[in-house]
Amino acid sequence: MAMLEVKDLVVRYGAIEALHGVSLSVERGQIVTLIGSNGAGKTTTLRAISGLVRAAAGSITFEGRPIANQPPHRILRQGLVQSPEGRGIFANMTVAENLDLGAFARDDKAGIASDREKSLSLFPRLRERLSQNAGTLSGGEQQMLAMARALLARPKLLLLDEPSLGLAPQVVQTIFQIIREINAAGTTILLVEQNAHMALSISHFGYVLEVGRIAMADKASTLEASDEVRKAYLGVG
Amino acid sequence: MTLDQRRAAELAPSRAVAALRSAAPLAVGLGLALALHLGLDASDLPFHTKVLVDVGINVILAVSLTMVNGFTGQFSVGHAAFMAVGGYTAGALTYYSSLLLWDSGDQHGGFLGAGEWLFVGSCIVGGLVAAAAGYVVGLPSLRLRGDYLAIVTLGFGEIVRVILQQTGNVKFTADEVREAGFLDTATSLGGALGFTGVPTYSSIFWVYAFVAITLLVAHRLKFSTYGRAFLSIREDEIAAEAMGVRTTRYKVLAFVLAAGFAGIAGGMFAHQSGATLNPRELGFQKSFDVVTMVVLGGMGSISGAVAAAAILTILPELLRDLPHVWPAGVLVLALGLAFGGPKRARFALWTVGVTAAIEAIRFGARRLGVNLADYRLIFYALSLILMMILRPQGIFGVREAWEIGPIGRILARRARRAAP
Repeated sequence: MAMLEVKDLVVRYGAIEALHGVSLSVERGQIVTLIGSNGAGKTTTLRAISGLVRAAAGSITFEGRPIANQPPHRILRQGLVQSPEGRGIFANMTVAENLDLGAFARDDKAGIASDREKSLSLFPRLRERLSQNAGTLSGGEQQMLAMARALLARPKLLLLDEPSLGLAPQVVQTIFQIIREINAAGTTILLVEQNAHMALSISHFGYVLEVGRIAMADKASTLEASDEVRKAYLGVG
Repeated sequence: MTLDQRRAAELAPSRAVAALRSAAPLAVGLGLALALHLGLDASDLPFHTKVLVDVGINVILAVSLTMVNGFTGQFSVGHAAFMAVGGYTAGALTYYSSLLLWDSGDQHGGFLGAGEWLFVGSCIVGGLVAAAAGYVVGLPSLRLRGDYLAIVTLGFGEIVRVILQQTGNVKFTADEVREAGFLDTATSLGGALGFTGVPTYSSIFWVYAFVAITLLVAHRLKFSTYGRAFLSIREDEIAAEAMGVRTTRYKVLAFVLAAGFAGIAGGMFAHQSGATLNPRELGFQKSFDVVTMVVLGGMGSISGAVAAAAILTILPELLRDLPHVWPAGVLVLALGLAFGGPKRARFALWTVGVTAAIEAIRFGARRLGVNLADYRLIFYALSLILMMILRPQGIFGVREAWEIGPIGRILARRARRAAP
């Protein structure tokens, strides 16, 4: 039984159908990536899983329990945490306040303190900036903050939406290295990316989403080697 | 017991100390209100007293609206409607109860006498009714993201105004009230002419006692887990939701609290000397005045809202007889140059320019025999524009007075030293 199981997921925005029946599954302990071009429905898929948008049809099962259309705070409490697209940091609040909000749904003080310590050792740069307004951080630091904040919610499954968005190549390298470390420490990851090459290189399994449908699903290494993916998403051909 | 638990137990204050700690600021606030009340003889300085009461009422209004427009980043433009709901409820309660209890609609008893307690009770009931109205208005409109709240509160304000205009004439005797019964009396609120005859109870003490409570609640809210949830909604609603913040619930909570305090402010307004409760007085214009105070103070800054409410209430009164401004100009210039940031040169230039311009206008008006008081609303508007040019983020931005500037730098240094 996979940790996360999505079956025939349909999402509509008014009259427009954004997802026409997406099915995917995430195995415990893996990094699974969802690649696809702009507007394919990657973010919508993640938002439906974390409860931020309604699923019109289909089922979502997390650790054997159905979670489709539950309110986000309840899904979060089961250990499914999303780091939203565009980082979504709270710009006019300090880094420390941002981190506190990551632990908003928890009340185990000792656990929060130790997780905070863990997050800060994963992202040492944030420690220097704790009392600084989050809006004054660089793009890379903001992405680190978004991930650290999500980790404070103690995810079993972490949903990452475009962590490489708008970052310099060198920073992207660092971020992906850290994603690997987070995974190695025992957190399962579902990663949405436009940067298909980077995403596939660290993932175990991959899905290709095309206009609201899963077009391909295979081991990440196989996808990376396939002609279609190379042509469409890797710019090689 | 682990080491962490033991340390936590040592650090945790005992229950009595904690209770004392939370009661202390309120006691200080009430003490200050009492001192102000006793220090300023109302019969000696009626005008100053009235302005000070106005300032207090506007501080309650601005700080409560800050909870919605500042903390949670929603946009309500109907604050005066909640003020009206609370004001009419409180005014009618006091007035008609006075008629029935003491056979007279006048003030009853002295300082802290029976009449004053009736007034305080009425204001609290007014606040509760306004809060209930806030829940009814807020629940459907705050479930959605975006500007729906602005439209709904705008409409609500108009509905309140029109309903109040349709109410019947005020009753003047206890017999009339007994004969008419509850429902008829409750809808006899003076209609378009306004509710006249509400006894005067809003003294400096009571107004500033409620100012203290409002400030305390707002401060506690902002610097608590609740406050962090409020601010996160303002910053990024989707991210807040993704962190498990139940956004609708917190938005409604802020809105209901704000409506409640607006209702209390309305109660204070209703019992003010020389004030008539009038549907037009508490209409859209008043709502917008409060929004102006919040924006000018800085979105989410409590101290900013207090400062803006005080400035915008006193300014039109000062402009009745424009005083010399150069001493204030020199003071601002000195402070700006001493503590200002990197833009201090620009700030100094503006200060000198504005001071000189005002002095020139004052001199010119004296020479030509023009009465500046006739044009004071123009100057009021001009000064608003100027303030927004000089500080577009509001007086204190999103922070508090003690978090920025020289005091903020000292506190931050101390905090850094205290941290391991």
